[in-house]
Amino acid sequence: MNQDIIADIRKDHVERLLDEGRRVDGRGFDEYRKVSVEVGVNERAEGSALVTLGRTRVMVGVKLAVGMPFPDMPDSGVLTTNAELIPLASPTFERGPPDEDTVELARVVDRAIRESGCIELEKLCIEEGELVWIVFIDLHPLDYDGNLFDACTLGAIAALKNTYMPKLEDGKVDYKTRTEEKLPVRDTPVEVTYCKIGRHILLDPCLEEEEVLDARLTVGYNEKGEIVAMQKGGSGTFTKEEIVDIVRKGREKAEFLRQHIPG
Amino acid sequence: MKAGEPEEFIVDGRRLDGRRMDELRPLKIEAGVLKRADGSAYVEWGGNKVLAACYGPKEIHPRHEANPKRAVLRTYYSMAPFSVYERKRPGPDRRSMEISKVTRQALESVVFTHLYPMTAIDVFIEILQAQAGTRCAGITAASVALADAGIPMRDLVPACAAGKVGGHIVLDLFDVEDNYGEADLPVAIVPRTGEICLMQMDGNLTQEEFEQAFELAIKGCMQVYEKQKEALRKAYEKRSEE
Repeated sequence: MNQDIIADIRKDHVERLLDEGRRVDGRGFDEYRKVSVEVGVNERAEGSALVTLGRTRVMVGVKLAVGMPFPDMPDSGVLTTNAELIPLASPTFERGPPDEDTVELARVVDRAIRESGCIELEKLCIEEGELVWIVFIDLHPLDYDGNLFDACTLGAIAALKNTYMPKLEDGKVDYKTRTEEKLPVRDTPVEVTYCKIGRHILLDPCLEEEEVLDARLTVGYNEKGEIVAMQKGGSGTFTKEEIVDIVRKGREKAEFLRQHIPG
Repeated sequence: MKAGEPEEFIVDGRRLDGRRMDELRPLKIEAGVLKRADGSAYVEWGGNKVLAACYGPKEIHPRHEANPKRAVLRTYYSMAPFSVYERKRPGPDRRSMEISKVTRQALESVVFTHLYPMTAIDVFIEILQAQAGTRCAGITAASVALADAGIPMRDLVPACAAGKVGGHIVLDLFDVEDNYGEADLPVAIVPRTGEICLMQMDGNLTQEEFEQAFELAIKGCMQVYEKQKEALRKAYEKRSEE
């Protein structure tokens, strides 16, 4: 009961500030928090990235393994995206099997990576129908202060672009020997999330905003600015015009995020 | 080109199943089909066969999930093992967890949950046979089941997808188009206000294509809406005769 009342008071507070044209952290409505992306942060992973988005911090690791292809795609590598919301990162995260928020995060990030075709999966075939590379992307939030979608997608593509193939010998992976060969990546998809609180549309919700939002919309764009993924969340609604507007203005925000990827 | 991919999606201005670009698959909705449920609906939409049942408002278990200000709406999307070509392992998987979540959020935008604090309203969606577009069929069925149970709502929630196949923007993709097409854009709306309460997309669309597909999906939703209302009217007529 207490929690619930506090949530209502918080929402009033956040919304009243917005009515005055102010956000809880002082940002403009169309402004990202400070973004930084560091790659190659983990020596055991074939590719890795650490993304900081305001106080949100996410580590993404890319691991490669070999295995069987899917029967309907015998000459194509396999992509698997997984998220883990570990209790270290927030008092609201709990141990145990992935809940629906975790699953949604992994699937929405996966959508942009997969649908943009950024990984040249057809080049990851070792022996048709028998052996292909499997790309594991593990999304690992370390400090949760809102907007994991954008942070994780940015981390995933940054890590992928910084992934080196390990040595392969007789169908076995030698993880200790890394080759000079990079994972073939041909596009740089990113996701941009807006939220709606009351009648206001805000870019990159921080935790305080995320906790009280009515609805959110995440849009994934490829390098050309084409739309490759979308996900609406929250129990509230958008008008048609709001959605079209978000999709339009998100494109330049995608370019802004992309510029933070090293290399 | 993937195995099984058709060479062309559009032949002589018609789609592979004979439809025009902006044509829905045949849609049939029936309300009040289950005896034990408080409300229910059956949707046959092309090759999709979907049942939805609503139970509640009722006492909530486990009790700690109760909300003192509103009813807790719980939705469960589930696919029968025999609903798809290759047997689906029974029980929830990642896809159905995500669909359950977006379905719940879409319905929460219309249900007056504040009228029933400390209770649960459960909606179960069972996909008996699938031919793509099952989440839209599920939401469409679920909102009719809620209305059939007499749950106060500000509107029904029709859902429909549009997408891109063979370079054309089309309404309501069926499985071949969904599997080999370029984009899929499921949308659910609140028809009386025009609000959008579900929106997902995968594939590849330019801004223009997106706006065109979005517009088309909304038009599809409006057609679905008419069928939903008709189904409810029929159910009540039948009940008043009995």
